[in-house]
Amino acid sequence: MSYTIDGTTGPWELVIGLEVHAQVISQSKLFSGAATAFGAEPNSQVSFVDAGFPGMLPVINRECVAQAVRTGLGLNAEINLWSRFDRKNYFYADLPQGYQISQYAHPIVGQGAVEIELADGTKKTIGITRLHLEQDAGKSLHDQHPQKSFIDLNRSGVALMEIVSEPDMRSPEEAGAYLSKLRQILRYLGTCDGNMDEGSMRADVNVSVRKAGEGYRTRCEVKNVNSVKFVMQAVEAEARRQIEVWESGGTVEQETRLFDTQRGITRSMRSKEDAHDYRYFPEPDLPPLVLEQSWVDQLKASLPELPDARRARYVAMGLTPYDAHVLTLEKETAAFFETVAKGRDAKQAANWVTGDFFAALNRLKRDITDPPVTAENLGALLDLIADSTISGKIAKDVFEIMIETGKAPGAIVEERGLKQVTDTGAIEAAVADVLAKNADKVAEYRSGKDKLFGFFVGQTMKAMGGKGNPALVNEVVRKLLG
Amino acid sequence: MRPTDYTLKGALEALAAGETTSVALTEAFLDGIARLNPRLNAYITVTAEKALEAARASDARRAAGQAGPLEGAPLAIKDLFCTAGVQTTAGSRILGGFVPPYESTVTANLLRDGAVFLGKVNLDEFAMGSSNTTSASGPVENPWSRANDPDTRLVPGGSSGGSAAAVAARLALGATATDTGGSIRQPAAFCGIAGIKPTYGRCSRFGIVAFASSLDQAGPVARTVEDCAILLKSMSGFDPRDATSADLPVPDFAAACARPVKGLRIGVPREYRLDGMAPEIEALWQQGLQWLRDQGAETVEISLPHTKYALPTYYIVAPAEASSNLARYDGVRFGLREAAKDSDLRDLYERSRAKGFGAEVRRRIMIGTYVLSAGYYDAYYLKAQKVRALIRRDFEQAWGKVDAIVTPATPSAAFGMDERQDDPVTMYLNDVFTVTANLAGLPGLAVPAGLDAQGLPLGLQVIGKPFDEEACFTVGAAIERAANFTALPGIRA
Amino acid sequence: MSLDAATVKRIASLARIRLEEEEVGRMQAEINGILGWIEQLREVDTDGVEPMAGGAPAGQPAMRMREDAVTDGGIADAVLANAPDRQGDYFGVPKVVE
Ligand SMILES: [Mg+2]
Ligand SMILES: [Zn+2]
Repeated sequence: MSYTIDGTTGPWELVIGLEVHAQVISQSKLFSGAATAFGAEPNSQVSFVDAGFPGMLPVINRECVAQAVRTGLGLNAEINLWSRFDRKNYFYADLPQGYQISQYAHPIVGQGAVEIELADGTKKTIGITRLHLEQDAGKSLHDQHPQKSFIDLNRSGVALMEIVSEPDMRSPEEAGAYLSKLRQILRYLGTCDGNMDEGSMRADVNVSVRKAGEGYRTRCEVKNVNSVKFVMQAVEAEARRQIEVWESGGTVEQETRLFDTQRGITRSMRSKEDAHDYRYFPEPDLPPLVLEQSWVDQLKASLPELPDARRARYVAMGLTPYDAHVLTLEKETAAFFETVAKGRDAKQAANWVTGDFFAALNRLKRDITDPPVTAENLGALLDLIADSTISGKIAKDVFEIMIETGKAPGAIVEERGLKQVTDTGAIEAAVADVLAKNADKVAEYRSGKDKLFGFFVGQTMKAMGGKGNPALVNEVVRKLLG
Repeated sequence: MRPTDYTLKGALEALAAGETTSVALTEAFLDGIARLNPRLNAYITVTAEKALEAARASDARRAAGQAGPLEGAPLAIKDLFCTAGVQTTAGSRILGGFVPPYESTVTANLLRDGAVFLGKVNLDEFAMGSSNTTSASGPVENPWSRANDPDTRLVPGGSSGGSAAAVAARLALGATATDTGGSIRQPAAFCGIAGIKPTYGRCSRFGIVAFASSLDQAGPVARTVEDCAILLKSMSGFDPRDATSADLPVPDFAAACARPVKGLRIGVPREYRLDGMAPEIEALWQQGLQWLRDQGAETVEISLPHTKYALPTYYIVAPAEASSNLARYDGVRFGLREAAKDSDLRDLYERSRAKGFGAEVRRRIMIGTYVLSAGYYDAYYLKAQKVRALIRRDFEQAWGKVDAIVTPATPSAAFGMDERQDDPVTMYLNDVFTVTANLAGLPGLAVPAGLDAQGLPLGLQVIGKPFDEEACFTVGAAIERAANFTALPGIRA
Repeated sequence: MSLDAATVKRIASLARIRLEEEEVGRMQAEINGILGWIEQLREVDTDGVEPMAGGAPAGQPAMRMREDAVTDGGIADAVLANAPDRQGDYFGVPKVVE
């Protein structure tokens, strides 16, 4: 059942495509040796190349090219062994050269595909049109001075991958799922950190609406939307706006718009007289980018396992599809889980990570990158359960102490004497004591009240401070009740 | 011998022999500049103090046995090369007061080899011109004048007019220059000196104010072919900071000057014989070819069929690239800013650029913007790139038959400062013989070969195969020897 | 192709060069003179010709790549030294409104 928005004239379909700008993870910029770190002092990570000084020339960073290739491979896309940079010419306060070096006619990566999964479990393939490398612009600050904008060029020249999708999405949910999936893939690949609030990923959202069975109507581009939630909101807001325009007898004009996150509406960004004519032409300062197939093969061989593959592997290890999904959402979580599960029972490891551990993260408002218990210690805790040093119940207490003290579980069990009692003599003595104190209940049991069995076990465990080996306690109770 | 009369090679020998010092040479040139520059206007900026300091340091290095290949030689630097701590204007108001904090690779190479910089020399604004009349610092005068009309002031050619005039008038031993369509060879020919535009990629473009990136090349002008060879050796070399810099060894160019031309095949392109070409240009060309035959070379007629399309091609490619390269001059990070009281950013850009750029630069930015704009790209820019490919192919086919090509350097001798200024296209025709080498990326050397009827110098051009500057030097030096060009300009230190 | 006055103004605006009304006619005439001369390129048969991009004389070599290392930056003062309107560690421009 497809998603539609009801207008006064009936249902409307949505057609959505995304252009995602993803900042490449690299030490230095695409064409200069200045640093890329986030949050530095203004203009402190700027070379004369990035500031567009006279006589400065670009020299490409091999790692940025490698990252684009890795990303292309991760998106199951064709890698173009011959690509080229073009200049996109326009004037803007934070564009120091007066042009952006980009790849227009010949991008480094061609067509690919991403599979998304929706809440109801349906899967859908979203086509990737292309991926190209380009420079980021600087940043304008508008709130520092009443009459002036301030320009910081730290971002100028940082490498971006622009990943363009086909107009294959049909609902806000699909757009959100696509962006989330893309982010997840890039983070697994280590090619973009996906920190959307730092601007490491921004989406230009192309939206149009149509009646069932129609071709495409005019689309508008909503620029620089910086979260999954906002992408979903922007799609809906823009679609509703367009529906209203069409239904009131108007015509949607192709234009660039901005999403106002405060008011939840899109608004026009640039006046018509500024209609852009980018005058693309081949960048004469850079020869073509020619890649060796053997280099691409090497990069392919060294790609990390991607989310879909990892998820399938977890299911094969015996995890529920749900646990496999949850554990692979973030690669850090998956890495944590793998450390916990290594050489241990995967199912039990998954239960602990998704259960007590996630609960603790939530409760303490901590992040997987800053866990209250290390994966190694959690694994050690599982070992203590497995070799019967402690019971599962005691383990929960030990886990809480681990959070409080940061200590290893073995040390805690040792210090606090939480080691499970497996000495049959001691257990027999405890059981005998319980039976002696509860002669009346023993009589009831013997006259057929079977349910009381659990009572004797519970009383014994209580008497032993929870440390009695549960299986042995059961066995002894059964034997002595005979 | 007066110190200003030395050739570069002669000065280096005299320095090595202890017959002079860098300080003595530098003082002599500075003295000449002080006397003649007010008239010639070859220098925009004279760095006298810095030069003397550098000369003293150079003499000390020589005394310590650490002399570089250019140790102590006073040179002039075209004001298109960024020089650390010294104002660099590109001949434009828009870069007025700009002091680069960095040194171009070419000038850094010269400093590494011990050269002393006297100052920055004049040029057409952003190297756009063939007369050096478009500079914001005013026109440069050619030190030569017509025998029968000594009062008419002549242009030195352009865009490296300051470089050529300074060297011809003995205000430097040699100078750096750049050539996008003929800007080294045409002024060298107009001023009776030698100059070479090397193969595209031979000299790094890092730190040179860009005009048209796919055509710009640095090169030297000097009084002899061998002096050019010595300078080019220092200026050249692979630079990782320029992605178009060629990673090739730099040959001993000076050695090539002494090689015989015997057995070389010299191409004579039939298409360079223009309709209405001045008879004395044609005569000089024939004379040059005869000199080469006399020394044992063979001359071979060849065809470069797309020659006539070279200038129109150039006047699409160069303005297009320039319109983009000059977008960075916007009044924000450096240079001139012009704004009205309530200017918004767009108005600030438009005012700064209208005031900062001269008429020729504005015209070329307009043309370049137009030929790249939506709907016109294919008809103009793409078409020009294809014709450019054909021009390069013409040369590739010629190299199967010849080792070098000899042509006139310019269609005329230097003209008056008030002549030919009305119609841009007439001015553009100055580069008709030189521009093909830029389009094809080839080395081209201009060598003075004779005088016209009015006593003005005329030059011949030697075009070589890619990265075969040595052939240009061998053939150029052979012409130079035969021509025995000893005439001197009227104005000189 | 010949440019009308409106196109001349549009190009000037695209190039961010202020053109006074009285300059339009002259600019138009000059540009049309040059474009008219350039028109002769149309007669060249360029079917199937690979356009030449870049200036390399014998076909362009592949691009060299540099290693990913921080070798530049940390020179804010030098970057800002020539600014016509330096505002602290920033370049100042008239307020830009989106
Ligand atoms: Mg976009
Ligand atoms: Zn982009």
